[in-house]
Amino acid sequence: MLRFLLSRLLLVLPTFFGITVLAFLFIRMLPGDPVLLMAGERSLSPERHAELLERFGFDKPLWQQYAIYIHGLLQGDLGISINTKRPVLSEFLTLFPATVELSLCAILFAMVLGVPAGMLAAVKRGTVLDHGVMGVALVGYSMPIFWWGLLLIILFSGVLQWTPVSGRVSLVYFFPSVTGFMLIDSLISGQKGAFASTVSHLVLPTIVLGTIPLAVIARQTRSAMLEVLGEDYIRAARAKGLSVVRVVGLHAFRNALIPVITTIGLQVGTLLAGAILTETIFSWPGIGKWMVDSIFRRDYPAVQGGLLLIAVVIMIVNLIVDLLYGLINPRIRHTS
Amino acid sequence: MTEQVEHASMKSGGMPVPPGPLVEFWRQYRQNPGAVIGLGIFILVVIIALLADVLAPFAPNDQFRDALLKPPVWQDGADPRFLLGTDAVGRDMLSRLIHGSRYSLFIGCIVVGLSLFMGIAIGLVAGYLRGTVDTLIMRLMDILLAFPSLLLALVLVAILGPSLTNAMIAIAIVQQPHYVRLTRAAVIGEMSKDYVTASRVAGAGPLRLMALTVLPNCLAPLNVQATLSFSTAILDAAALGFLGMGAQPPTPEWGTMLAEAREFILRAWWVVTMPGLAILVTVLAINLMGDGLRDALDPKLKRS
Repeated sequence: MLRFLLSRLLLVLPTFFGITVLAFLFIRMLPGDPVLLMAGERSLSPERHAELLERFGFDKPLWQQYAIYIHGLLQGDLGISINTKRPVLSEFLTLFPATVELSLCAILFAMVLGVPAGMLAAVKRGTVLDHGVMGVALVGYSMPIFWWGLLLIILFSGVLQWTPVSGRVSLVYFFPSVTGFMLIDSLISGQKGAFASTVSHLVLPTIVLGTIPLAVIARQTRSAMLEVLGEDYIRAARAKGLSVVRVVGLHAFRNALIPVITTIGLQVGTLLAGAILTETIFSWPGIGKWMVDSIFRRDYPAVQGGLLLIAVVIMIVNLIVDLLYGLINPRIRHTS
Repeated sequence: MTEQVEHASMKSGGMPVPPGPLVEFWRQYRQNPGAVIGLGIFILVVIIALLADVLAPFAPNDQFRDALLKPPVWQDGADPRFLLGTDAVGRDMLSRLIHGSRYSLFIGCIVVGLSLFMGIAIGLVAGYLRGTVDTLIMRLMDILLAFPSLLLALVLVAILGPSLTNAMIAIAIVQQPHYVRLTRAAVIGEMSKDYVTASRVAGAGPLRLMALTVLPNCLAPLNVQATLSFSTAILDAAALGFLGMGAQPPTPEWGTMLAEAREFILRAWWVVTMPGLAILVTVLAINLMGDGLRDALDPKLKRS
């Protein structure tokens, strides 16, 4: 197992190195003088310009700049955000829990609906139910989620007035951030109505962000189940006289689970890309909205740091999924 | 029937297909009613895009100052001139939607064309040469795939400057790793076959081997990917337009129209609903076709 773990880690290292190069080159690829870009509208005296060039190290050769960049990275220094004057890393860590909370809710929503829907479609293959579920899944898969979010706002916030339009919790409530997850923090605070307010803010973004994963999971579960249901051991289980629930729920579902888990793991990228749009629509204070805002504010250190951190998060999650997969399925562990 | 068969042959990569397999393919494709509907809608969108100037009642940027935010004709207070209502500066929604179809199809074609071309070229080189070049290329592709595609496209547009052209380039760059992987895998599979060895022994140079001997046999898996990424391209371009990083106003691109309509979301539902519906229907039609293609070309491939 240790050898398996090490081999996977070794595979990840070059990718990490490449990500740092790409993030490093990002600021240098921007057309124009980096210092002038950061200065924005303000005018700079030539002395100040030279001083800033030296301070940020832009006067040194590229490889030296990269070495300095990596040196800083290893000490957790990702630069200072131009907009807030705070370190990019702490900025990211403040906003990250909001994105994680939303993403976890979304993937949970997608799994809870998607897996049973896919199983049902597979068991009732070829029926109206199957076509219906798969039709809905394809619509979900084709959905421009930024539009889907706006539609839900029109219906639930506009016409029905059930849910708020934006933010994480009503401004009436204030409680300290303990875990960073509003659902937990609002419960801990014990304030009446705070938890309900958090939930009502979370519902629409969760549905919007969960829609595409839901469609993918439903489709994948169906095809995995169909494959397993054709196997001999299922026929044997049926022939023994076991109930349908037992055959489908235990024998088939367990074996169909592996591809489904992989699919769920692969949704991390989809979730983070979706978070960019979902958070923008619902003014959700997470890293997706932060990235978009930083791009518009030309806060390039923030964009650079965010790019790197998001890629690293995805890499780590993929690594974990990979390792879990090896844990569940020994064949993979031993062949590699 | 014959006309539809011709369309089906176009879908399989524009290669000359002998009538036998073509009819065979169409029979397979026809099995999937969803795919046939998708094809029908797609043809309709293509016709609308081609005849946009004839079909649209007004020019996409004509402003009618006397008719701002008029609802569609079936609602109270509508202006009968504007079938689907007008937007905040008095432009006819229907005309803008009709012209928008041109942009979506154009974006899809350019992005798929660019990423297909880049992806095939790079994948062919990687699969043919193997060794260090292959490792380097594939590592680079892994790195590109490590980022969420929309985020990478967004950052690329930030570097290049927001415009429709740059958005298309960015999306093409983000999508080409998929083609590189598919092409490389197919090339490696083909390289060990006897006909390649025979051609090599007969004295074919590397370019001839790559482009004329191996490549034509590697195109099958690319068909499905091309169809699927056509719809992804439309979605991503609309998302970039929605974020203000794609086509710029007053271009009647559907995503950009949505961005402009956002502030009227609770006052005028039609300016928000219509462009999104257009995106959804187009993308859905293409995805239906993609599913049908996959089932028809290779029934063993699973739906994922």
